[in-house]
Amino acid sequence: MAIHPPEKRIWWNEPLEKSEITWITIAFIWGLVMFFTMVFWHFTGEQNLSNEAYRIHPETFAERTEAMVDQYTVREEGETGLPVVRPPPGSDVYMLARLWEWWPILELEEGKDYRLHLSSMDWQHGFSLQPENINIQVHPGYELVLTLTPEGVGEYGVVCNEYCGIGHHQMVGKIHVVAAE
Amino acid sequence: MASIAHAGTLPRAAEFRTCPDTGLRVDLAAEKLIRWNAVVAVVFLAVGGLFGLLVALTRWPAVHLLPAEWFYLALTAHGADVLLFWVIFFEIAILYFASAILLNSRLATPRIAWLGFWLMLAGALLANVAVLQGESSVMFTSYVPMQAAPHFYLGLILFAVGALVAVAVFFGTLVIAKDEGTYEGSVPLVTFGAIAAAIIAVFTITSGAIILIPTFLWSIGLISHIDPVMYKVVWWGMGHSSQQINVSAHVAVWYAIAAMVLGAKPLSEKVSRFAFLMYILFLQIAAAHHLLVEPGISSEWKIFNTSYALYLAVLGSLIHGLSVPGAIEAAQRRRGYTKGVFEWLRKAPWGNPAFAGMFLSLVMFGFIGGISGVVLGSEQINLIMHNTMYVPGHFHGTVVAGTTLAFMAVTYLVVPLIFRREIMFKKLAQWQPYVFGIGVAGISLFMMGAGTLGVSRRHWDITFSDAPVAFDYPGTAFLMMGLNGVFGVLSALGGLMYVVVVVSSVFFGERRTEEKAKAEPLLPQGGAAAVASYGSEGTLKLPGTITLVAIFFVAFVLYYFVNWKFLSEVWPLS
Repeated sequence: MAIHPPEKRIWWNEPLEKSEITWITIAFIWGLVMFFTMVFWHFTGEQNLSNEAYRIHPETFAERTEAMVDQYTVREEGETGLPVVRPPPGSDVYMLARLWEWWPILELEEGKDYRLHLSSMDWQHGFSLQPENINIQVHPGYELVLTLTPEGVGEYGVVCNEYCGIGHHQMVGKIHVVAAE
Repeated sequence: MASIAHAGTLPRAAEFRTCPDTGLRVDLAAEKLIRWNAVVAVVFLAVGGLFGLLVALTRWPAVHLLPAEWFYLALTAHGADVLLFWVIFFEIAILYFASAILLNSRLATPRIAWLGFWLMLAGALLANVAVLQGESSVMFTSYVPMQAAPHFYLGLILFAVGALVAVAVFFGTLVIAKDEGTYEGSVPLVTFGAIAAAIIAVFTITSGAIILIPTFLWSIGLISHIDPVMYKVVWWGMGHSSQQINVSAHVAVWYAIAAMVLGAKPLSEKVSRFAFLMYILFLQIAAAHHLLVEPGISSEWKIFNTSYALYLAVLGSLIHGLSVPGAIEAAQRRRGYTKGVFEWLRKAPWGNPAFAGMFLSLVMFGFIGGISGVVLGSEQINLIMHNTMYVPGHFHGTVVAGTTLAFMAVTYLVVPLIFRREIMFKKLAQWQPYVFGIGVAGISLFMMGAGTLGVSRRHWDITFSDAPVAFDYPGTAFLMMGLNGVFGVLSALGGLMYVVVVVSSVFFGERRTEEKAKAEPLLPQGGAAAVASYGSEGTLKLPGTITLVAIFFVAFVLYYFVNWKFLSEVWPLS
């Protein structure tokens, strides 16, 4: 029994039973398949998280975001008057996370590429784009740069899904996707 | 010889009793430590479970029980009490059982083992006090730069040191048993599994110390900055790897229960031990599971680590997935349940809560916790799941349906064998694994469903009623969260049944005297002889197990690729 020492002292010489070795082989190959699926997706898949990241001072990130907001704000929205920013397709767009808002609101054109920069001013936050359900961790002191291609005209929510204190549940931002001009 | 090796320090004169059920020599000091660790574990399960119920009732949109502050406090306490304190106290009891008791040995340095126990208890209480004071609602993960009160970290550090002491006592006991020749040949498979758990525990606790000590110093102002990404890399060396202690421990418990209830023998010692070895070698790198969508970590690192190096640790679990039910089928077939493919399973002792709990744990760990874990841990698929309800859905499938249910199941053997009390309320005990199991299966599945619809974990108000801009989750998401609440209540009921049965049996149960034990043996007579020897005549035919494994594999492959399909439908990003 499993609670007694092995019956045969030399247990490591036992032959492997056929069904066991078959299953081990299948399971091992399945592991390889799953491993190489991830590698393969980097070459063929369209959804891969960027490896481009920088260390950055929160103030520097805030300055760059403010510069974009100053240049491209088209209107304001929401109870707190969040700026809605419409930068040109292909450009660098910024969204900063802080207690407890995503700032600013972005207006992007469908089917165009944008270089999205994400960083936090204070604690960790979670960029959760809904209902697409794309989820990216946002750290203070790190700037993640990814290329994003919005699909489907409409209003998308940016929920914070990393617990960030008592106002966590109020932290919602927005991305508008509009038809390309 | 022993006398030379221990020159100057005479071995402690241990007191033993002979177990009437197993014939094993039981060191009374070890027995007492096992009892106390198990009792404290159950207390933390009860407290942590209560917090869990409060959390489930708050996330049930129609109930929304607690205010925000209390919700986050309860969630932090729930995580610490069940994920750390309940499982680790219970695991220490398992380690002492698998070393001193199964090896017929005396326990190494019981006084130091008690020191470990008190350190763990003091640490656990201190952390609970810190959380209940309200200044440490930082979640179980306490990600920096969010800061808890210093004594929150201090409590966790004390607990970790105490656990490390206990693990050292376990290793010491192995040395003593070997030295004093208390067993023949190799250690039993269950002990081998416990060794795997203990080795992983050393890695885990060390990682915890490496990150929590500087974080504590930061909380009292002696260190100015802790890098948040580095914190997560090291913290999850503890946080995720400690779940692998649980896996090793509960797989060992599966083997132990199958052996004790049915006299099941491992199909192949070599294969089962090899599978545990895979855990030791590869499970530790799973910190990556929590870092798949972090900035500043390369894809190469993520892929290698998240897959446990080509999924070799998953291979270990897949092997146990065949060998555990296989051992049970072989034992049952030898007892004459040979009709068709599944007579062995139909006629299994489903009325014995130890067996029922063990088998439910095995099935749910594989189908719910295991499959979802691999999918969630695929580098790119993590993008559509990270920090959603899918994550707690997955780990309730592993740690609650898997580990907790297995530990509950083994308690029904520990109470008569170690506490030497009869189980009270036998009917209640019989139903307990089913009520708890169904409850937990519901929790896991509905949380995963809500996660697929984007619902955030650790979130007080998914209606966002106070938010400056509006956002609505789909109606189905609310339905899922409501069902999660219903099944949360059911599993809390199952947990309550467990606590009632165990506490009453331990304190008020009829004493199980030697005469009684002889009259009503708990374990099958002549267990080892009743089952097949490996590779002997008429080599094992296990059609039932092979069918189960085939169903599992098909479900795994389909679910895996369905999620890649889901991923391919979201916005392109690179």
